[in-house]
Amino acid sequence: MAQAAHSLNSSKPLGHGHSVKRHTGLMDWITTVDHKKIAILYLWAGGLFFGIGGLEAILIRIQLIKPMNAFLDAQTFNELITMHGTTMIFLGVMPIIFALMNAVIPLQIGARDVAFPFLNALGFWTFLFGGILLNLSWIMGGAPDAGWTAYVPLSSTTYSNTHGVDFYTIGLQIAGLGTLIGGINFLATIITMRAPGMSFMRMPMFAWTTFITSAIILFAFPAVTVGLVLLTFDRILGANFFDVAGGGNPVLWQHIFWIFGHPEVYILILPAFGIISEVIPTFSRKRLFGYSSMVFATILIAFLGFMVWAHHMFTTGLGPVANALFSVSTMLIAVPTGIKIFNWLFTMWGGQVRFTTPNLFAAGFIPTFTMGGVTGVMLASAPADFQFHDTYFVVAHFHYVIVGGLVLGLFAGLHYWWPKMFGRMLSEKLGKWTFWTFIIGFHMTFFVQHFLGLMGMQRRVFTYLPNQQFDLLNLVSTIGAGLMGVGTILFLLNAFLTSRRPADAADDPWEDGRTLEWTIPSPPPEYNFKQTPLVRGIDAFWKEKTAGHKGMTPAEPVGSIHMPSATVLPFTMSVGIFIAGLGFMFSRDEFGNAFMSFLFNNYIVTAIGLVITFGSMLLRSLYDDHGWHIEPEELEGR
Amino acid sequence: MMKTWQAVKRLLPMTAVSGLLLILAGCGREDLSVLRPQGPEAETSYGLIKLSITIMIVVLLIVFFIAAYVMVRFRRKPGQNEIPEQVEGSFKLEVLWTVIPLILVVVLAVPTVKAVFAAGDDHANDANAVKVKVTGHQYWWEFEYSDYDVKTAQDLVIPTGKDIAFELTTADVLHSFWVPSLAGKIDTNPAGTINRFSFSAPNEGVYRGKCAELCGPSHGFMEFKVKAVSDQEFEKWIASMKAPAVLPEDTALAEKFKSQCLTCHAVGGQGVALGPDLTGIGSRESIAGILLNDDTREDGAPVEENLKTWLHDPQSVKPGNLMPSPKDLGLSDAEIDGIAEYLANYKLD
Repeated sequence: MAQAAHSLNSSKPLGHGHSVKRHTGLMDWITTVDHKKIAILYLWAGGLFFGIGGLEAILIRIQLIKPMNAFLDAQTFNELITMHGTTMIFLGVMPIIFALMNAVIPLQIGARDVAFPFLNALGFWTFLFGGILLNLSWIMGGAPDAGWTAYVPLSSTTYSNTHGVDFYTIGLQIAGLGTLIGGINFLATIITMRAPGMSFMRMPMFAWTTFITSAIILFAFPAVTVGLVLLTFDRILGANFFDVAGGGNPVLWQHIFWIFGHPEVYILILPAFGIISEVIPTFSRKRLFGYSSMVFATILIAFLGFMVWAHHMFTTGLGPVANALFSVSTMLIAVPTGIKIFNWLFTMWGGQVRFTTPNLFAAGFIPTFTMGGVTGVMLASAPADFQFHDTYFVVAHFHYVIVGGLVLGLFAGLHYWWPKMFGRMLSEKLGKWTFWTFIIGFHMTFFVQHFLGLMGMQRRVFTYLPNQQFDLLNLVSTIGAGLMGVGTILFLLNAFLTSRRPADAADDPWEDGRTLEWTIPSPPPEYNFKQTPLVRGIDAFWKEKTAGHKGMTPAEPVGSIHMPSATVLPFTMSVGIFIAGLGFMFSRDEFGNAFMSFLFNNYIVTAIGLVITFGSMLLRSLYDDHGWHIEPEELEGR
Repeated sequence: MMKTWQAVKRLLPMTAVSGLLLILAGCGREDLSVLRPQGPEAETSYGLIKLSITIMIVVLLIVFFIAAYVMVRFRRKPGQNEIPEQVEGSFKLEVLWTVIPLILVVVLAVPTVKAVFAAGDDHANDANAVKVKVTGHQYWWEFEYSDYDVKTAQDLVIPTGKDIAFELTTADVLHSFWVPSLAGKIDTNPAGTINRFSFSAPNEGVYRGKCAELCGPSHGFMEFKVKAVSDQEFEKWIASMKAPAVLPEDTALAEKFKSQCLTCHAVGGQGVALGPDLTGIGSRESIAGILLNDDTREDGAPVEENLKTWLHDPQSVKPGNLMPSPKDLGLSDAEIDGIAEYLANYKLD
């Protein structure tokens, strides 16, 4: 067979191969357009910001360990809660989601890269520079302090007169660009680049949830983009979109923010659903129970996700009609989510469940996420929410969903795909320690917070008076947070120790792999598939295995493989946007130095940044780079 | 044996639920906790909380039970190598776990919608209701009794049993008005989106109120008290609030008080109403909302001491508040103590 394919191929004319410029070291990472390397970049950057956000969380918990604590002052505390929320959501977990999507999706659908490798790199670099810009606020005059929701008027220049909120608006704007680009890229990739035979209803669940997540990104991110532009204009150019005195309305910001913000919750959780739907079948040696209803439930959740934003605003005073409608629509989301929970449980039913580290995280995910889900339904009831809203009950709820749901899912996914990404199995022993410390710490931290909220502790308070029966529960919560920190450190230790071991992971290291990524070497070669596989059903690899085959049947002969060229342009474009953003932010400032004032106040810095960005775009448009080819001769022996 | 086990199984969720509700009922202070409602509005919220928590605990127990069962029962045993049956799904089961949640949602949605519309009755046009305009400030609360032409701050005095019709707004950023044991919260928005709502307190007592929307550094300290008193007490309070101001006896101190304090504050109709109205401040439950005027409690202190704490360094009590430090205004320590003493003794009748 292989020989036949080869002879067929040698008669095929070679593509226009031109010399390939190969970079090494740092330049390789800066110029790469390979989805697997971009995945690792996302993981590094996301991990870094996740660490920063985690440290912020620990500081917050230390401050709240006892009543009237003076460990932090009120202003610093508000900056910490704002940056913790913003960093974790936009710069911590979303990039790690993108890391897994990049590492896995092309492999799972049998593609050699994403649809737009150049855009993929651009998405990463804009996210990174947006994140750096936002975090520069710590050393450039104060971090944003109006909460991650940045409600006006508190976030207006009148009440937040440092550049903090400007760092928030412009940093998120730049980082959001990266997310939007990434979302569009995965939509195009999944629609156009599935291997022959992989119909939509044969896609792995993670590919499905990535697809739906990308669609949500496409519709939700423009809302926050508009909101951030309006807030930037209000703050820097003196516009009046949210200023009552100028005819604006602060409630408008809440609508715009949550029209983005609620779908954002599903952008976060759906990929976790996908990961769990991969891990559980693999380690139960059973196909996913109710695949079609899982797909349908995912789509329904995404659709309903756009219909419920005002449940974040029950106490804003929208009136009974709006409150009733949004209550009921929110409760409805419980139905498709419940379908998923029971499908996972019944996937395990009758299987042979193996508790490897990834599956431990998946098994921990189910009850933990369900607890976050049920408090979500409780919050949906508007008259009850009048009590829950803005208390620690809400804090407990969304941490159960985002940490107990998404972060446990990410840990499951990272342990599961780590051998595929790096060619090395993480230590199972350390992995299990990570799981137990993290999940016990998690429940300690957040379970008690439900009761704190119900007992009258409002959220976002930098300290609290004694004798309110809050003291013990807060102490428990802080100890739990420390335990979660230990779990995270154990994971980092595991990753570090593993990186020093030889890369010896098998193609199918868990032995029960069901999907296409397990048919190729770990880590995969840069072209992923020597020959595009032919997909004959759902769980394509498992199907071949049960038919007694060792690997996939190729859908094409061995031929020359077209590869995109490495390029530094995505990096320079992002540097340009970063400079322009920073310049714009300080355009109205008075500098002690006449030269600096000249540069900033005349928008010269902004202009330089834009010239770099648009110059890079021009270069990209004028210079035709057709990429290069890996010839069949080179593929032999690999 | 089997039958007993089944009965236990059937009763298990109920015992767990009622047990948890019992624990919940003991949770928190009577004057602060959502779980110990002291009025009909808080009772409505609490009813829905109980209903939803009961449904959710039943759901959780089912999920936990199935999860524990599959995780124990279907563990892969050593040497187990045959391929398990690849089940595609089950139409019956999937319909079951779509329809049952739908029914549960309806069970919760019907009382929710009813309560939402009930909460929409703000008593704004109810002649029997006491009308109060609430204005949130960084970081204190202003209460104006429009029918009586009385303004006060920090202590909201209300007659028991009567509906209080609130109209809420803010002077600066968003705040949220919350008295957990009496009712849910509602935001104070700027002009254009002014909110109205209503609650009542059947029992006399002092209830703790809080700001529930991040409003700046001292958001956590933006507390207030609701003091529910009898009808006669309330009328008496209104009357004494309207009595003409009493100024410090020492004329020099009175001059200082007028020129330095009454430029932002008011007493008995004199002065400017920029900051909290100080009429009868000696009778209030707290100074600045958080320094409790009750020396019988370990976390309280005599009102005069609290006033001194506040006046000597307002920023250390409530960081970011707008009151200039009296020292910066040129008041000597003796003058500050004098004003504290005067204010502490400025009680209503």
